Amino acid sequence: MPDHGAVSEVGGVERVVAYGDRAVLLEADPVAVPGLRAALAAAPLPGQRDLVPAARTLLVVLDRPPTDRDLAVLRRLRPAATSAAGAAGHLEVPVVFDGPDLGDVAAGTGRSVEDLVAALTSTRLTVAFGGFAPGFGYLTGLPPELHVARRPTPRTRVPAGSVGLAGAYAGIYPRESPGGWQLVGRTDLVLFDVDRDPPALLVPGTTVALRAVG
Amino acid sequence: MLAPGPRTTVQDTGRPGWAGIGVTRSGAADRPSAALANRLVGNPGSAAVLEVTAGGLRVRAGRALLVALTGAPAPTDVDGRAAPWNAPLPLPAGAVLTLGTPSAGLRSYLAVRGGIDVPEVLGSRSTDTLSGLGPAPLRAGDRLPVGPPGADQPVVDVAPVAPPGRPVVLRVLPGPRRDWLAPEAWAALTTAEWTVAPASDRVGLRLAGPALVRAREGELASEGLVPGALQVPPDGAPVLFLVDHPVTGGYPVLAVVVTDDLPAAGQVRPGDVLRFRA
Repeated sequence: MPDHGAVSEVGGVERVVAYGDRAVLLEADPVAVPGLRAALAAAPLPGQRDLVPAARTLLVVLDRPPTDRDLAVLRRLRPAATSAAGAAGHLEVPVVFDGPDLGDVAAGTGRSVEDLVAALTSTRLTVAFGGFAPGFGYLTGLPPELHVARRPTPRTRVPAGSVGLAGAYAGIYPRESPGGWQLVGRTDLVLFDVDRDPPALLVPGTTVALRAVG
Repeated sequence: MLAPGPRTTVQDTGRPGWAGIGVTRSGAADRPSAALANRLVGNPGSAAVLEVTAGGLRVRAGRALLVALTGAPAPTDVDGRAAPWNAPLPLPAGAVLTLGTPSAGLRSYLAVRGGIDVPEVLGSRSTDTLSGLGPAPLRAGDRLPVGPPGADQPVVDVAPVAPPGRPVVLRVLPGPRRDWLAPEAWAALTTAEWTVAPASDRVGLRLAGPALVRAREGELASEGLVPGALQVPPDGAPVLFLVDHPVTGGYPVLAVVVTDDLPAAGQVRPGDVLRFRA
């Protein structure tokens, strides 16, 4: 490839790690993972079967053993642009902020409930990756002062539509399940429906805004 | 369906490509056995079959059907008469097929010419036991639709199949987080005998053996998993993930079983002894 001058060092693949005989794990800065996923989704490797983005990694699953050529391509991979309202789209989520942990989270972050809701609804969130359950998206973009620990004891039953916080992430439970996130509200939005196209509303790259209702 | 035994599910080649929204691939735990059953009745490889766990199946043919049984071999009869395995088996209308308990292995496959024709969910008829996608595990009284036969005719009369080896030895490659475990962990994994714990299923095998010790503290950020990934939780007792594995996990993966040995991993039973070979 001809040299077109300085290339930004931000957001490349930091390390390429072998992962069995059908997959390769890419380590990268968390900010770069969505762009790396987008790049491989747009220009897949031959036999590419699935992409699993996570916090600091992107797992590339193939239907054949990876070759040296694949590794070379992956080492050079540059993130594709994922604009603010990229191909994955934007979603407004109507939320009733009456979660059982709302008061604790407000107190723990040193603000009133009103200020907490204002901070949450003015934050632009982005789906970084999924993984906990079909349709669940780990939402990034919370300012550090809103990062809270998980509950010391998980709840055995968290209702579908619950909006929670844990560490650097916000998330919405797509269905009833056990869970340890701090619950601040709930939405009526159906996040996952296999009879809908697309089945999941929160795909990696989707931007999300929480909107206070009722 | 007169009796499903301990667990019978519908399985095909699974639903790849949905990991980004948290959906694992799923599909038959012993892919080659499911594929062979389909081939014996002239089905395409993508047709759905029944995966019968630990035998105990009793089904009645609603009409004349061509079926084939593969995988974990179990004593089988059709209306009281012994029936062959790894071969096309015609069932007259009303005939009752009964499977006993497998003499070796865990999962048997029953293919029907035309395929099990339950509705597809995200492009697959497989039951994903982790997320609950696909048809529910079968119960007595269920009626299973059978699809129209394809253009291909069955061409194989009987397929020679080697019985599963004992003890099961699975080949492993170093995993992406081998450096998170003490240097002795790899040696311990590949020399010790591992007993498959009762809490093992399509999600994974829980293994009992020497504790595998961590080399470093701290939490690993969750990252993608594959079938065959061997993850080591803080208690040191490894979990070998199978077809219904979660799409991501937060414990270090010490080793990955080679793809060709995954069918054997899908056939081990609770109580069996396993070995891993580097």
